[in-house]
Formats: sequence, structure tokens, C-alpha cells
Amino acid sequence: MSATRAAARSRGAEPLVHRAQPPADVLIRGAHVLDPRERRAPPREARIPVGFMASVTRRLGGEALTEMAELRDGGAVGFTDDGKPVHRAAILRRALQYQRLCGGVLALHEEDPSLSGAGVMHEGEVSARLGLAGIPSISESTMIARDAAIAGYESGRIHIQHLSALESVEAVAVAKDRDVAITAEVSPHHLTLTHDALRQALDTRLKMNPPLRAERDRQALIAALRDGTVDCIATDHAPHAREDKEVPFEEASMGTTGLETAFAALYTELVLPGVLPLALVVEKLSAGAAIVGLSLPAIAVGRPADVCLIDLEATWEVGEAGYESRAENCCFAGRTLHGRVLATLAAGAVVYRERAFALSAA
Amino acid sequence: MRHLLSIEDLDRAGIERILDRAKSFTEVSEREVKKVPALRGRRVLNLFYEASTRTRSSFELAAKTLSAEVINFVSSGSSVEKGESLKDTVQTLSAYGPDLIVVRTPYVGAAELVARWSPAAVVNAGDGKHEHPTQALLDVYTLRERLGSLDGASIWIVGDVLHSRVARSNIQAFTTLGARVTVCGPPTLIPRGMEALGCDVAYTLDRLPEADVVYALRMQKERMTESFVPSLREYAARYQIDGRRLGARQVLMHPGPVNRGVELAAEVIDSPQAVIGQQVAAGVVVRMAVLYELLAGRTAPDRRPSLPTPQPA
Repeated sequence: MSATRAAARSRGAEPLVHRAQPPADVLIRGAHVLDPRERRAPPREARIPVGFMASVTRRLGGEALTEMAELRDGGAVGFTDDGKPVHRAAILRRALQYQRLCGGVLALHEEDPSLSGAGVMHEGEVSARLGLAGIPSISESTMIARDAAIAGYESGRIHIQHLSALESVEAVAVAKDRDVAITAEVSPHHLTLTHDALRQALDTRLKMNPPLRAERDRQALIAALRDGTVDCIATDHAPHAREDKEVPFEEASMGTTGLETAFAALYTELVLPGVLPLALVVEKLSAGAAIVGLSLPAIAVGRPADVCLIDLEATWEVGEAGYESRAENCCFAGRTLHGRVLATLAAGAVVYRERAFALSAA
Repeated sequence: MRHLLSIEDLDRAGIERILDRAKSFTEVSEREVKKVPALRGRRVLNLFYEASTRTRSSFELAAKTLSAEVINFVSSGSSVEKGESLKDTVQTLSAYGPDLIVVRTPYVGAAELVARWSPAAVVNAGDGKHEHPTQALLDVYTLRERLGSLDGASIWIVGDVLHSRVARSNIQAFTTLGARVTVCGPPTLIPRGMEALGCDVAYTLDRLPEADVVYALRMQKERMTESFVPSLREYAARYQIDGRRLGARQVLMHPGPVNRGVELAAEVIDSPQAVIGQQVAAGVVVRMAVLYELLAGRTAPDRRPSLPTPQPA
């Protein structure tokens, strides 16, 4: 479970929700698969609280629902076909109806495949210049609008994953105004990078879905975090093998790792320049727990401590000393970031410690 | 200049230096023995992952005219079809010791990757829909021969801009040499954000008479099935350059191969305004100039493996 160690290294003590992402991971299809994993993982292998999500549709095929109730009984905190949209509106509607029986948030990767087409980056000035097929912002925003309408009609509960575009922020705001039970997340990379990075270097580590968009989108996401339209920050951590990234850009897998850089990237790019207050960033990095029904990290009398110690003065170059994760596809590779995690305590135990950092009980 | 990966690698002076040298090479083609020893002993590797007739043969002819050795590697029937990655292929072929690799692939940015993975100089002969810098150079060469100068000229690029690497390289080369460029085609085939390249965008040929140069792009038949245009008939009705639309003082260009009766009517292809044949001829001398620019007077690349140097004990 290198991911949980990676998470402990940087995000601190807030829970990690693991989304099934084939082929990188075991595809969770039934409670009998989920169950043993769930029982085994947290105490021994995982270093911080971990929740599992099951898929909405079987084999992520988008055609038939999984056994949602049984999966919930097996411990799934929610459902997602992450990486793919629930393309058929009728299937999403059934899932939302069934949610009344079993609960569990439906976390949605929003994308209209017919609009995304063969796109590999944000559709805009940079894709026009590079001759790369673009993924338009409306691919995401139109699906959010559709799914919010269905969730509103069925009084269902949805969570929008990795928001990337200004139009998507608007669609979430409209849904919230109409009292749809909707929450949304944004990733550190969408808050700190834009497609201009690809103009400078066509680096496959900058290829992810949804793609890095324009500055106007980034500004809209920051504003949405401030005004509460976006509820939390989530990394969308997606490790890939080197051979999947050492290929031409169009052929490369989509995704970036993000667990180890989440805090430092946000602190460096948004807190230090005075764009967002530190307290808001810390709050939003932890806020995802409540969305999936996991307990928020806290320090309280009589409760095991969930604490992350960070040296805000320390600087480090991403990747210079390798990664805790087994994957190296980090979009921040080579950047100098401020803020270094010294130690993480979860459930009262030290789960991560910098080699040079000593902890002694008083 | 170490590589020619993008036309952006060249400023105005750099482009003009290559054009002047290309001009000086025209004399070689007129000799009885069409060969000069400028690049004797150098190896040029043509690495082509896409079908190409004129680009590959003109690079080959250019290299041989300069007395370089040429190795051709085309994807058909090679290890590429056995699933070898581009990186593996480039590193394997680097063992043949090429001084320069000419690379064409369907992938944007692939020439840059080849430059990273091989010690050889690299010329981009087309990377997906991104760039085709030697095409741009031969086009400005041809235009300079016809017009004397591109300064202040109005150039219209007409057709499928979305899928055209020629359009992307040429917009930059034309504007660098002082021309104003308008791209024109159906809105489905003009990418969003195209103005960022410094060109105007038009959806009709209404203002075509203001152009000094009309550059028609190849319209591929498969665009129809993808609903970019409802039919080639409707496309031709709106955008085909024919005898009625082409003015007597305008220059007509096309990167080839032409779809007769689609983007160009038969009567304009062989008209006095057309310089399509001159473009092909310019391809050889311009590519000679590019090879010369990158190889002449330069020592062979350092081919030692990039292992850490052992330190004396």
C-alpha cells in the first residue's frame, strides 16, 4: 500500500478514499471481493484511515448496476466509475433510485464521451497551436448539469469529482441554488497549473483527465473553493508505470500522482502568494472525509490523535529524492515546493516520519 | 541550431539563411554529376512511421546529393508493428550511428522525443497535426522566388486547418517573413483558439480576392464520415478553388497530393498561377540546405553511453 504511505507523507491524517481504477487496481465487482480486502487493509497495511468505493456499474461497463446494497454492507463508502462517466442517463437514474435503499454517495467523473472524442488536452489556444485534439470544457459541464437534474428529480446524493472548468463551477452553483444534494471537489493540479504548462513542454506527466485548462478556469476554481461552491480538495492520485508515460503525448496514459505534493503545491502556489488562507486549504484538504461519511481528523481529549506536522519553512524539489509512491508520474516533478511533512500521526500512532526527524514522548 | 523540430526554432534571419543556401544549391541540380561532397561520410536515417512519397524521397535525394549515406526505416513490416515502442526503436537505430535522423510520425511532439532519446541531430518531417517545418521552408522558398518578398503579402490558407500540420508551420513561417495570414474553412475544421497563432479566421471565400497567395489544403475524404462536413460536394461548392475564384494575379499553392475536383478544380492545377510543381522541386534544395545547416562543420555526435564517468581511485 505505497499509496497510503505516500498519503501519510503529505496530506496528513485525513482519510484517503480509494477508488477502483482498472487496470491499475483490482476491479471491485462484488461484496465477496471487497469484503476480505476491507477487513484486512486498514489495521495492517494502510497507514491512515482508508475508505473504499465500489463501482456504480459492473466492470465499469456503464450498462448494469453493481450489487450496491451488498457492497455497502461490505464496507463501500460510496460508488464511482471514476475515469469514466455513467454515460447512460437511465443507469444513473436507477443508481440514484437504488441509493435510497443502500445509501452511499455517488461520486461522478463527468465527461460526455461524444464531446471529448479523442481529445488529449484542454481545447483552446494551446491545443490549436499544438495540433492536439481538445477536450472542451462543455464535455464536463453539460454532464454535470444533466446529472444534477437527475439527482434533483430523484432526491439523490451526488459528488462531482475533479472539477476542472469554469462552466462546471457554474453548473454546480446552479444545482446548489436549487438545493440538489451535490458536493464537488477540485484537485491541487487544477488549482495550480494550466494548459500553458504544455506549451512550455509537452510533458506526459501533465496529461490527465480532466485536462489542465485555461487561467480563467483555474481562477474560477479558486473562487469556488473560497465561496464554498467546491467543498473539498482531492488529489485524483493516479499512478502509472514508466512505460505508459515514456511515449508520445497522444499515446500516454492519463493521470498524475498527487498525494505527496498536495499540501506543498497548494501552500507554495496559493497560500504563500496570499491567494488563499492556510486555514482554508487545510480545512478543504480534510473536508472530503465528511462527504463519504468518514470521521474528520481531530485532536480531542480521549480520542486518538490524527495529526500532521509540517515544516512550512522547508523547501524541497519534487522527485529529487524519489517518491514514496511506486510511480513517478508527478505533474509537479522538478518544481521546488515549500512545506515539508515531518511526521504524520493517525489513530494515535506515528505512520510517517522523515528520516531526520525524531519524535520523543514528553 | 542543433535540431529542426519546429519552425519556431528559426527566426527571420535563420529562415533567410536557409533559403539563401537552398538557392545556392540549385546550381548543383543543373550539373551533369548531381553530387557535391559536403556531407561525405555522414549518415542520415529516415525514420518514417507514416506513408510519405515526396517528403521521404526528397530528403533521400537531398542527403545523397550532398554525398551522405542514407538508411531508410519505414514502419511497415518493421519491428514497430511487433509493438516495439518509439523509444526502443530510436535507441536501437541509434546503434547504427546516424548523424541525423529525419522523423515523421502521427504523434505530436515525437520529433522532440527522438531528439531526447538519440544523440543525433533531428529534423521533424511531420509530427501528427503539429508541424512540418521543412514544408514551410520550401513554401516560403517558392514564394520568395515568385514574389521576391513576402513582406506585406496577404496569404489565405483554405481548407481543413484543424487536421493540418502544414497550416500550423506555414502560418508561423509566413508571418515571420512579414506576410499577413488568413485561415479559411468550414467552422468545424478551424480549431477553437486558432487566432492565437497570429492569423485571421474566415468562414467564407468572400474576401478571397484580397489575397496575393491562395494556399489550398488537402481535404481528406474521411472527414465526411466524421461529420466535419456533410458532404464533399457541399465542401467543394463552398471552398473549392476553381477558375472562377482564382484571380489572374494570385499565386496558387498546395502541399500535395491534390484531390482533383475537391479542394482544387482541374483547371487551376495546371494554370499559370499554380506553383505546385515548383514547391516539389524546392523541396530538394531546401532539405539540402537544412541538412547542411545541421551537419556541415559539426563534429559527429558524442555517442558514448551516458553512464557515470568512473572516477580514478
